[in-house]
Amino acid sequence: MAMHGMRGLSVFISDIRNCQNKEQERLRVDKELGNVRTRFKNEKGLTPYEKKKYVWKMLYIYMLGYDVDFGHMEAVSLISAPKYPEKQVGYIVTSSLLNENHDFLRLAINTVRNDIIGRNETFQCLALTMVGNIGGREFAESLAPDVQKLLLSSSCRPLVRKKAALCLLRLYRKNPDVVNVDGWTDRMAQLLDERDLGVLTSSMSLFVALVSNNHEAYWTCLPKCVKILERLARNLDVPQEYTYYGIPSPWLQVKTMRALQYFPTIEDPNTRRILFEVLQRILMGTDVVKNVNKNNASHAVLFEALALVMHLDAEKEMMSQCVALLGKFIAVREPNIRYLGLENMTRMLLVTDMQDIIKRHQAQIITSLKDPDISIRRRALDLLYGMCDVSNAKDIVEELLQYLSTADFAMREELSLKAAILAEKFAPDLSWYVDAILQLIDKAGDFISDDIWFRVVQFVTNNEDLQSYAAAKAREFLDKPAVHETMVKVSAYILGEFSHLLAKSPGCSPKEIFNIIHEKHPTVPTSTIPVLLSAYAKILMHTQPPDPELQNQIWAIFNKYESCIDVEIQQRAAEYFALSRKGAALMDILAEMPKFPERQSALIKKAEEAEVDTAEQSAIKLRAQQQMSNALVVIDQLATNGAPPPPQVNQLSLVKMPSMSSTADHNPADQALSVANGTLSTVDPQPPSADLLGDLLGPLAIEGPPAAAVPSEHNVVSGLEGIPNVVDGAAIVPVGEETNSVQPIGNIAERFHALCLKDSGVLYEDPYIQIGIKAEWRAHHGRLVLFLGNKNTSPLVSVQALILPPAHLKIELSLVPETIPPRAQVQCPLEIVNLRPSRDVAVLDFSYKFGTNTVNVKLRLPAVINKFLQPIPVSAEEFFPQWRSLSGPPLKLQEVVRSVRPMPLLEMANLLNSYCLMICSGLDPNPNNLVAGTTFYSESTRAMLCLVRNIIVSVFDPGN
Amino acid sequence: MGIRFVLMVNKQGQTRLAQYYEWLTLEERRALEGEIVRKCLARAEQQCSFVEHRNYKIVYRRYASLFFLVGVDNDENELAILEFIHLLVETMDRHFGNVCELDIMFHLEKAHFMLEEMVMNGCIVETSKSSILTPVQLMDKTS
Repeated sequence: MAMHGMRGLSVFISDIRNCQNKEQERLRVDKELGNVRTRFKNEKGLTPYEKKKYVWKMLYIYMLGYDVDFGHMEAVSLISAPKYPEKQVGYIVTSSLLNENHDFLRLAINTVRNDIIGRNETFQCLALTMVGNIGGREFAESLAPDVQKLLLSSSCRPLVRKKAALCLLRLYRKNPDVVNVDGWTDRMAQLLDERDLGVLTSSMSLFVALVSNNHEAYWTCLPKCVKILERLARNLDVPQEYTYYGIPSPWLQVKTMRALQYFPTIEDPNTRRILFEVLQRILMGTDVVKNVNKNNASHAVLFEALALVMHLDAEKEMMSQCVALLGKFIAVREPNIRYLGLENMTRMLLVTDMQDIIKRHQAQIITSLKDPDISIRRRALDLLYGMCDVSNAKDIVEELLQYLSTADFAMREELSLKAAILAEKFAPDLSWYVDAILQLIDKAGDFISDDIWFRVVQFVTNNEDLQSYAAAKAREFLDKPAVHETMVKVSAYILGEFSHLLAKSPGCSPKEIFNIIHEKHPTVPTSTIPVLLSAYAKILMHTQPPDPELQNQIWAIFNKYESCIDVEIQQRAAEYFALSRKGAALMDILAEMPKFPERQSALIKKAEEAEVDTAEQSAIKLRAQQQMSNALVVIDQLATNGAPPPPQVNQLSLVKMPSMSSTADHNPADQALSVANGTLSTVDPQPPSADLLGDLLGPLAIEGPPAAAVPSEHNVVSGLEGIPNVVDGAAIVPVGEETNSVQPIGNIAERFHALCLKDSGVLYEDPYIQIGIKAEWRAHHGRLVLFLGNKNTSPLVSVQALILPPAHLKIELSLVPETIPPRAQVQCPLEIVNLRPSRDVAVLDFSYKFGTNTVNVKLRLPAVINKFLQPIPVSAEEFFPQWRSLSGPPLKLQEVVRSVRPMPLLEMANLLNSYCLMICSGLDPNPNNLVAGTTFYSESTRAMLCLVRNIIVSVFDPGN
Repeated sequence: MGIRFVLMVNKQGQTRLAQYYEWLTLEERRALEGEIVRKCLARAEQQCSFVEHRNYKIVYRRYASLFFLVGVDNDENELAILEFIHLLVETMDRHFGNVCELDIMFHLEKAHFMLEEMVMNGCIVETSKSSILTPVQLMDKTS
């Protein structure tokens, strides 16, 4: 069984085979690697045959899971060998070991090109195959025209052309900008006339890629596909070699029907008639046969035909045939067919008017939910989830809950999430929702994510009718002997908030409620304690008239936790303790939570996220995407430099589009900045400086450089439309004769920058006053509270606060008292509504008098654009089509930033995260690129998707 | 893309052939192969041939001691892939005559070459056995 002459390799493989354990294997492999290394080092003595042998050994070792990087060079060098056996090994092993980003690959480009344009067919095939598997950009640039020529050449034999087709497919997919497919319609049509089924199979894959990208250009190819399908289905002129168990190439049939699914409709009546005839034959003529292979192959074709019929959704009669078939399939014993039946029935849910017919199979589907095979159970779960609506939610959710107790762990989380979503979406009545969800938490506590119980709280808070019912239920569940921690959390929360509604029922006095909750206290983990403390505080507040005994009991608990090592617990305990001594004030502070704003359920969002991606998109998804391409795209570019940003230039104020990005102006002139048109830009930022945010939010850097240094043109910045001079460079400097005597403490700009990234902190401080800020943001609304604290023992008088809002923000400031008493703090809430995207910044014009000093400061308020962002994950098939659909300004901005050293990826990611841009990792094929998504909220735009792509390209300096 | 990888693993879980059509690092490959082997090899014979893993599917088939596992995109036609595995086995059968695990182990280069003639960049290139084997026979002649 020795390889032809490669005895050493056979011996090595035998040795490996005889290894008793992984450790022995490792030792043997290490020995061999040492051997190969030494041989490669003294290359002089190596014959091509030996080289080939060692390269194979490397591939073998690599397959076993060991690193063989040291030998890449040798594998690549074999490509240039003059003889076939060595060359072949070089090509095959190179495409197994390397990827398109390996530098060594470049060394081979010339050889590869020579092989491709040369006369030797076998060399052509080897080269095309390797490029087809791992060819990257440089290959596309230098080889695409040659490959196209081969594909279309009439003198070329099929064995070369079929490889050329898939090679071109790779180059096109990887670099659509390099491989020009304009005008390919005719060529593609010509290719689809091909008689050779090998070439046709490959070309069909190429066609699918082209059509999925732009079906409009390929209308003329549609009849050709139908013709191919007809040729195969009727078995006309199909060589024996291409029939598989009597079925004319099932793979080509499947691929052809797949291609047809990228066309929205088929208009030509003749083509349509032929296609429907073929489909009809497949639907009705596929019988179950004994031979497994034949059966599988014919059903592969049948399922693809089903998908195509569903896609075309045209003939009512055919649709009902499909449903009937699927109904049959989901009831058969054969597991593969049942699995596919369930899967395709789920797809059928997308077709209108099919829900009701599918619902008839509910009982059958539920049996599959109990199948021993997890693959089948998954499909059944998905289908039940998809077909659920108000009419059957009760049954389905109860079925899921029942199944939950026996379901395997791998499925419980998904199952609970789905049950929770269905209960929420389709609850026939609210009390049923509470029942179902509490049961769910009870049964699957470990698999209940926080999102689920948060949502319950939101739901109950927002539905007054539900509150006392929920409280009663929560109490019931807490009575059980073993209660899951999540159940404790949700019950404690609900009881704290709403148990007073039950006060009159037996066993529901505040004291009793407290006891029930507190009983669980010894068993809960630290993370639950804060929830309990809040519940206690609320119970205390609701106990009217106060019950001194209960009070003492709760105070004792607060006291105990005041020294807790966990900061959250400590703070809550201390605050609740202090608050609960304030009597009436407690009522205000601990009043019932206001209703939550209605927004998309976090659960549903989560479920959507979990939806799996596929590289080639189904036609239905694709269509959905084509319809919603008006998304906003923002390219982030973080131009920063060590120096403070130079004075703002007026172009900036013209940029009225919503954008997180600073624009070119922030770069000093010497950092030559080029904006690449049409191609994606490279962004190569430097490490962030303290001024990063200043750059980002640049247009109104009013506290930037000292007043004197600000050139007069600063006034031209018209960011604050209609409010003249607010942004004067000198604005920050206190106005008035004696201003110099009051100096701010700390750097105002730094404080502002910090507040742009967080929601509470100090905005301004001087020897007399401290202005703190606390903010909350929800969609396009914001609530900001200014805390004005008098630091002195005498009052601050003539206090005035004026908001100078930019045009895009609506800001209402509540009344500010004229006097701030000594050592007192006043709170002034501010309501903010973001009307439309803008990077302008609101300014607080604040003044007060202390003794003879008049102090006036103008402070930027951190109501900046990123506060109206909400991170959102984006999947690859959402991102790239939308990204590409936006061709340029004003919806897409790109900037190239050149710099010596890129910012570390992690730092960049953190930075984007802190701006509420969610990094979607693994999306971009290049790991050095960052892709992020976020939703921007404003009143005029509502939720708007923003996408950011950050590409880092290193450019080699030719001088080095 | 279609096919993401083709694995041949024996029933002890040892990889006998691995061909990936998307780049994974060595660590990723090791982890993936481990996970897949754990998932698929434990399945009973009467269970279906499809296993959902991460965001793709594995279509697999067992021949004596050897498992053929093919990772595909979610919307790939599963049965077509299942029979494609069989086509691969029949092709190897025609070449080796009653192919077994050892043939693949000791003739890894030929197994690779055959697979390369059938799948390129995750797409099916050729399904005619004689067209697949012609270049392989050429290799025999020249070496």
